[in-house]
This record gives sequence, structure tokens and C-alpha cells, in this order.
Amino acid sequence: MENNHPIVERIAAKYPELAGNIKVQSQNRLWMKIPYSDFRKFLEFAVTGLKINVFCMLTGLDDKENFSFIYHMADLNGLILNIETSVPKTNASIVTITDMYPAAELQEREITDLFGVAIEGLPEGHRYPLPDNWPEGEYPLRKDWTQDRLNKNPLKEKTEDCNA
Amino acid sequence: MPKKLVIPIGPQHPALKEPASFDVTLQGEKVENILVKLGYNHRGIEKACESKPYLHDLYLIERVCGICSHSHATCFLQAVEEIAGLNVPMRAKYIRSIIGEMERIHSHLLWLGVAAHEIGFDTLLMYTWRDREVIMDLLAILTGNRVNYAVNILGGVRKDISDEEKGQILKAMDILEERTKYYAHVATEEITIKKRLSKVGYLSPDDAVKMGAVGPTGRASKITRDIRAEEKYAAYGEVDFKVISDDNCDVYGRALVRVGELMQSYSIIRQLIKKLPDTPLKVPAPLKIPAGEAVSRYEAPRGEDVHYVRANGTDKPERVKLRAPTLANVQSVATMLQKGYLADVTIVIAAIDPCFSCTDRMIVAVNGKSEMTWKQLRQHSIDWYKKNRGVDFTKIKLGIRS
Repeated sequence: MENNHPIVERIAAKYPELAGNIKVQSQNRLWMKIPYSDFRKFLEFAVTGLKINVFCMLTGLDDKENFSFIYHMADLNGLILNIETSVPKTNASIVTITDMYPAAELQEREITDLFGVAIEGLPEGHRYPLPDNWPEGEYPLRKDWTQDRLNKNPLKEKTEDCNA
Repeated sequence: MPKKLVIPIGPQHPALKEPASFDVTLQGEKVENILVKLGYNHRGIEKACESKPYLHDLYLIERVCGICSHSHATCFLQAVEEIAGLNVPMRAKYIRSIIGEMERIHSHLLWLGVAAHEIGFDTLLMYTWRDREVIMDLLAILTGNRVNYAVNILGGVRKDISDEEKGQILKAMDILEERTKYYAHVATEEITIKKRLSKVGYLSPDDAVKMGAVGPTGRASKITRDIRAEEKYAAYGEVDFKVISDDNCDVYGRALVRVGELMQSYSIIRQLIKKLPDTPLKVPAPLKIPAGEAVSRYEAPRGEDVHYVRANGTDKPERVKLRAPTLANVQSVATMLQKGYLADVTIVIAAIDPCFSCTDRMIVAVNGKSEMTWKQLRQHSIDWYKKNRGVDFTKIKLGIRS
């Protein structure tokens, strides 16, 4: 499909350098890649300028040297804009988007638990989804992680006593 | 000034049918803050999917949920089929939609019962769950299973619907429609239900979008989004139906939306059965899926289900990510309960219809000696009530099997 989609045109008008990075998979599915340094600025534009105001899903990916994140964002008419961005594993830290999309909180916690990526600015709260006695330094969705690692670094025996 | 108190509800609590934990901070009887903790059911399915072929993943993903099993399986397959460029035959799409609507019917009837139970109206629980057996029997006839129907395969479906089964489906729809009309009457006219549910768990339309509420929870707050209408996946482009929404923005509205959707589901199933096209059931699917990625959406009974699949050209996916509707809805619970009362906590949590499994089949050992079938158990209960309570249930005929 050609890149003649009204949303693509509006993005190109504001950020001409991004227009080449957008793929139109179908009328309701747009995919784009963006460097992490520009990500938050673009997201603000997506909320205010494009009215993409529904947060659907956040996918984390282990991409060899990088951690990639796909933010699946939707508008109220059925369009999904998939924004992919990545940070190097040596600096595995991103900033929360809960200030713009409060619905993202649990899925950002998932990224922390399952990939070991720090999320700056997340409000205080319980971890999700791993148990409280999960050993430190074990991140199951990383590609090099296998279950036998838990033999060497087992679950902590006692969780904190909630009545103490 | 009353003292602040933190009451933990869950992870194990009689009012919750699944493990989840809510720390409720109270100022007197009023809820001041609520802290949600989830993850007690985390089974590592996304990681497991990466190490298994697509066909195995399908059966694994069907077990994500005991109620929306068909929703997750269809949503996952739609993504894989899009990457592989498979054109699923129309008859298969129709059958997927028919089973999907039946799943919605049994889920909404189940919810109606749970919600009634949470407000102490157990007669309605007994009624709706009895009627739900009609649709459970029907699913067992059509697919061989009450839950985890496994009707999907890559490129189509594995099971056809015969002419005899069509008749059974239409008969069941008539029975259920009549019963649902009665429930709609009860929900709108019965003053105790109305008073108990109105203005409880208020969620404004703005907050619904902000907190990502989906499905009946969002639609009861004036968000008229329904993925069936937006994406027209499977056979939903071929039928007429209304997207039910409500402007009450409270638990009462959520009940009305679900009852309204039941009526729509009966109509959708009748239309699909009438137009069921005569095509093959499936197309051949490759074992290795070419590299690519896709996002698929599906309107599950509880709301929008989203699956992301990235394929790398092998027979196993590179990454599978899914977001069930409850994860989207549960974050709005804290907003709904702000300035609410402790007594409303359980019904507000129940009103988003958090997902739990109901996979039990009714085969029970009595005194460890004999086994009873469903039919025998039903007869046993009828006899028991007749003898001990003087109530005769034999006049009630609801089953679709003679």
C-alpha cells in the first residue's frame, strides 16, 4: 500500500524527516520507527495534534544490542499507530508516559519486571506481574533467559511478613 | 475526624472469584485510596509461546482464560494469518463469529449472576446460571467442550455446523431471548436493583478514555467503541447490529449494556446461521510463517483484546504479546471508587467483570462410591427439593435436548 494516509500527511507536515519511516500496513494500521530522543516530543504531538488518545498496549522486545518498545496507540475511530523506539542495553532506561496516558502504568511495570528496564517517573506501587519473592536480576523475557537460571538463583524463601 | 484504616481485600477473599489484591484506605466508611496488586495468576505464557510452534501456541493461548478462550485464540490467529497472508474462507469466518457470540452470551449471563450475587440478589444468580446451561450445552454439542472449544485452526476452523445443529442453535436462541427479555424487565423495573446500582462506581467519559476502559465498562460511560463495528473482523461486516452504550456511567449502566448486548448477540447468531455460506472450512497453512509483524484486535466479552505477533521466518514466533481486556479495565477501578463506600467495593470490582476460570464439568463422586452424570445430578436435586422442601421443579423445561 502506498503511503497516502491522512495521518501520514499530518505527521509529514509537522515532522518531514519522519515521513519516510512510516509504513501503512492497512487503512487502520500504521507502523513507524522513531529515535528515542524524539519519542516523547512526538507522543505529545500524537495526543494533542492527532487525537491518538487511547493507549492500547506496550510491547517490549529483546533486539540483540537494544531493548525495543512498541507503543500501540489508538484513536477513537479504529486506527492503531504502532510507534517503535529503542534504547541500548547498556543504558536500559526510559521515561514513563503515565503523565500523558495514565492507563500505561501496569504495562510499564511489566517492562521493568520482565525485561529489567528502568522506568523513570513511575508512581509508587506494587510490582507487576512477578511475585514478591522473585530473585533479583532475573528477567524472564530476555532472550538469553532460561528457566534453569532459577536453580542457581532460586525464589526467596520467605516473603516479607505483612503483619510485622 | 475518623481514623484512617487500610483494609486488604484479597488475594484470597470470598467476594473475589480470582486472586487479586486491593488495599483500600478508608476514612470512616468512605474510600480514600485504593492500591491494586495483580499477577497472582502469571504463568509465563508469552515466554512459553516463543519456544513452541504456532500450532502449539494456539492451544496454549486458548488457555489464557477460561471464559474468553475463543477470543484469545481467534485474536492470535488473526495476527498470524495476516502475517502469513492466508485468506480464511467465509464459512470459517462465520463459524468463528457464531462461537464468539455464544461465548459472549455465556459470559454475560455469568456476569449477571455474579453481579446479582454481589448485591445479595441470589435468586437472579440461580436463574441466570440455570439459563446459562442452555448455551453451555449448545457449545458442548457444537464443539465437544463447554470451555476451551478449540474450534480454530490456522487458516480456518476444524468443525462444521450441520443442519440439525442449526436447528438446535435457533431453538436455544428463542429460549434465551425470552429469558433475557425477562431479565431486562427485572433490571429496569426492579426498584432494589436500580437503587443499589445507580450512582455506584461512577466513571466519567473523559476518565474512561484516560484510564483506557474498554468493552461494556467503556460503553456504559458513553464511549461507543466496539471492535466488532470498528474492524469488522471475521463475519461482522456481514451482519447488522447496534453498538449498545449507556449514559449512566455507573454500575447500573454497565448492567444495562450487557443485557442489551445479549439481545444483539441472539440477533447476530440468527443472521449468521441464516446466511452461512457454502465454502470450504479451511485453507492449507504453512508450518513456517514468513517474517513480519501484525497487531490484531478482537471484541471479547469483557472488551478489546489486543495481540501482537512478530514472526521471524521459522515455525516459532519471535515475540507474542497480548493484552487482555481486564488489564485495561482494572486501572479504572481506583477512579470509580473515589469517594465511594466500602460496601460498594465488591460490586464495583465485579462490574468490570474481572476474568476467572470456570472449567469444571459436573461429574461428582457421592460418598466416594458412585459417579453421577449431569443428568443424574439434576434429577437428584429435583428429587431432593420435592422430598425435603415440597417444591416441584419437573414442570420447568429449559433444556434444548429432549
